[in-house]
Amino acid sequence: MAKEIIELIVNGDRYEVAVEPWRTLAEVLREDLNLTGTKIGCNQGDCGACTVLMEGRSVSSCLTLAAEAHQREIVTIEGLAQGPEDLHPLQEAFVEHGAVQCGYCTPGMILSAKHLLDHNPTPSEQEIRQGLSGNLCRCTGYSKIVEAIGAAAAKMAPAGEGE
Amino acid sequence: MLQNHSMKTPEIFQARYGARAARVGSSLPRADALAKVTGREPYACDFYHPDMLWLGVKRAGVPHARLRGIDVAAARELSGVAAVLTHDDVQGSNRQGVVRKDQPVLVDDKVRHAGDAVALVLAMDPASLARALELIRLDLDPLPGVFDLDQALAPGAPLVHGDNPQGNLMLAGQVTIGQGLDALDDCAVVVQEVFRLPRQEHAYLETEAGWALWDPDGGLTITASTQTPFRDMAEVAEALGLERDQVRIKAPYPGGAFGGKDGVSVQSLLGLAALAAPGVPVKIWLDRQESFIASPKRHPARLAYRLGAGQDGTLQALHAVLHYDTGPYDHLGGVVATLGLEHSGGAYVIPHVHLETYAVYTNNPVGGAFRGFGVPQVNAAMEGMMERLAGRLGMDPAKLRQKNILRPGSLTPVGVTLDCSVGLADCLEQAAGHRLWTRRRPWKAAAGPHQRRGVGLALALHGMGYGPVVPDVANAKIELSDQGRLVVYCGVVDMGQGNASTYLQVAGHLLNQDLAHLELVLPDTARTLPSGSSSASRTTFTYGRALLAAAGELKVRLLKRAADMLMVPVEEMTLVPGAVRHLTSGRELSLKDLAGFMAGEERVAVHSFRAPVSPQRPSDDPGLTLHGLPHRIFSFGAQLCGVEVDRLTGRVRVLSLVTFCDVGNVINRQVLEQQVQGGAAQGLGYALWERMRSREGRIIENDLSTYIIPTAGDLPDMELVVVPGFEPEGPFGMKGAGELPTDLPAAAVAAAVADACGAAPNRFPITPQVVLELLHQGAARNLA
Repeated sequence: MAKEIIELIVNGDRYEVAVEPWRTLAEVLREDLNLTGTKIGCNQGDCGACTVLMEGRSVSSCLTLAAEAHQREIVTIEGLAQGPEDLHPLQEAFVEHGAVQCGYCTPGMILSAKHLLDHNPTPSEQEIRQGLSGNLCRCTGYSKIVEAIGAAAAKMAPAGEGE
Repeated sequence: MLQNHSMKTPEIFQARYGARAARVGSSLPRADALAKVTGREPYACDFYHPDMLWLGVKRAGVPHARLRGIDVAAARELSGVAAVLTHDDVQGSNRQGVVRKDQPVLVDDKVRHAGDAVALVLAMDPASLARALELIRLDLDPLPGVFDLDQALAPGAPLVHGDNPQGNLMLAGQVTIGQGLDALDDCAVVVQEVFRLPRQEHAYLETEAGWALWDPDGGLTITASTQTPFRDMAEVAEALGLERDQVRIKAPYPGGAFGGKDGVSVQSLLGLAALAAPGVPVKIWLDRQESFIASPKRHPARLAYRLGAGQDGTLQALHAVLHYDTGPYDHLGGVVATLGLEHSGGAYVIPHVHLETYAVYTNNPVGGAFRGFGVPQVNAAMEGMMERLAGRLGMDPAKLRQKNILRPGSLTPVGVTLDCSVGLADCLEQAAGHRLWTRRRPWKAAAGPHQRRGVGLALALHGMGYGPVVPDVANAKIELSDQGRLVVYCGVVDMGQGNASTYLQVAGHLLNQDLAHLELVLPDTARTLPSGSSSASRTTFTYGRALLAAAGELKVRLLKRAADMLMVPVEEMTLVPGAVRHLTSGRELSLKDLAGFMAGEERVAVHSFRAPVSPQRPSDDPGLTLHGLPHRIFSFGAQLCGVEVDRLTGRVRVLSLVTFCDVGNVINRQVLEQQVQGGAAQGLGYALWERMRSREGRIIENDLSTYIIPTAGDLPDMELVVVPGFEPEGPFGMKGAGELPTDLPAAAVAAAVADACGAAPNRFPITPQVVLELLHQGAARNLA
């Protein structure tokens, strides 16, 4: 069919991809760029598993056409850590605080949390829960996810701020 | 690109966390967590290949019909379509099922529910697949269906399975203990109620997915999101007419399962499709709606109870009649109904009981395994009866329970002696002493305008394992690798509960190793050994016991070999991380060097363990025994719930939830908290929001915007109190904890809502409409 060449800037790398106009960003990330850390749980924007950051904002990549992301900066879960010694504080906190069970919601959760902390570095528990309201988790009951995000926020906050 | 990831996750994990000692009792980070937070863990749905074919399913769409024909001509002619398959292409039995093989892989005679698979399409791309599925024409002769329990059991009802000797009764079983029903006549007080519980959807975030490859020389390999790789292997082989050794199942970490992937979902379909496309990988990934339509659910239930007691509150007699809607196929419905029967009297001593359980075929969605496995239903009912009895007698609900709870040596309601560890009294004592309970009056009085608060208490027990007949066996294998690492071959799936990591912790503890020297092989029927399903609160207990024995055997061998090489007495040797050390001289032999001196088979230890079963037979009915009655080892728990009810809208908010549990000794507190919090969250969803209704066999709530599972804003922070315990049969004294937390919330929330409203619910979920009715009843009762 009629494919368009689009340019995506994903985790700092530029990709040129030929895509049909109806394909979603989630599909292209997973199938064409092999970035399968972005998950799909419902394909209609209910669950948040496909959350990525586009120009710093969290978006459901299953509701975003790949063409809409043309020349935009995308951050996926693979872009948060460069190596074993370079985990993002959120990733580290999710491991240490036991916020991961089956792990399928985890990439989306972490990116929603990053969006939250980028805009509100010292959120209250209530604000964290609100910040995650678009991300479903069926395993954890959220307590440890909320705890992990609080811990990451405390670690990331400049001295004197937060706790 | 068969390999998704260049950096191997065990190496990343070991680089970062390798120095952590694997000690039982420590909250060691889970070995799978790092790969999951970096997006590197490959799930079954994450496979893509340039040559792969997409597999899709034509589903019946009607709940009950005779299949007269399938017109696939137009679909076959479509460009981009590689194959269209029907029952004619199935070479084997075309039947599957965990207990009773009553479910077709592809419908060949009759459609029994709307989600039945009728035909398959293999296509080059998803768009061609979707078009081809639309082009398949089913010639169906509609049949009248049965959509509720009464309809199904009425004389002359349409039969779901014409060949079932009991009509639409899939399983019927009874247990009578003591004087049974007659004892109710002698009770000073009798309370009765009928409870209705909804169908619950697992809503795991990863829908059913997998891929398969048929290599005519090497056999069929299926990688799937499953809880049961070894059973799948047998089922797929039989259904498709292959030998078992031609089928290999690989089970990556599922993206959630909770019982919903206990049994074949897409595996046989994948196998059939792969056979039609030799050498080409085929992938299936159900969309959310198809997953909801096709997958098994928690059984809707109608539970009629009569409970009798003396004036002092001592329980005397129980009559319980349980009906479970199992949908069109057995799946695990008979086992669910039997576990429900065993737990229908709750955590109490009741000398006289008459218990009846019925699993009923209908043309509704399939009922199957879901964490709790029939127990959340009956526990909501039995605890509801205890609340009603306390109300009738004017007794404190905690004191009434204290008078009647199971203790070591008690007979359970089905008359079986409890000889496992029993910490229920401690759970209840801790709950009754918790500030949420002792300070509940001032807490309730602090409710805001138009709000009412209530506090509820519930108890539960949960039996572990398969029961007496089906062998509850795990086969552990551990190997010293060339690299000097101890490799645990994990034959039982970790669907998120953390058992795989716990195996490393247990083996590491026994062998005194850190995480850098431990490695895990995930379930694969060609590499790991059969260890049963990931279900029944059994995974850590049963495989853990097998692993301890295997690791113990390997330890003896390693020490002996190292002692021989250093020419010292074996008693002077010990294992330290990465090495064997001679204690008196301090000389060491690294595990890597040691491995080089040991032959392949000498470096491998295996052990088979069968979980203890009860020799007692509460019933003469062989059907109940076959389906798992009775259990021998139980976990116990209590829960306190504090709710706030909005008098104007009927909305319920859960403000506090505290769980008290006796699960034996705790191997990893963090993993236990995960289980309790997550299990309780599913239970809260079941109590308050979740229901999948079906109208004439078609589900109404068919996506995640209409089927409501809890979000972060809906749930309270959850507290866990573990009472000290040690189960002598368990590895390091542990007992299973996976299901108990899910058994409690419906009961605890109902008690709290009753406390707030002045009237107790008998319908679940407790929707705002139910709450407004309860408030009305409560107000009327106050006036009277």
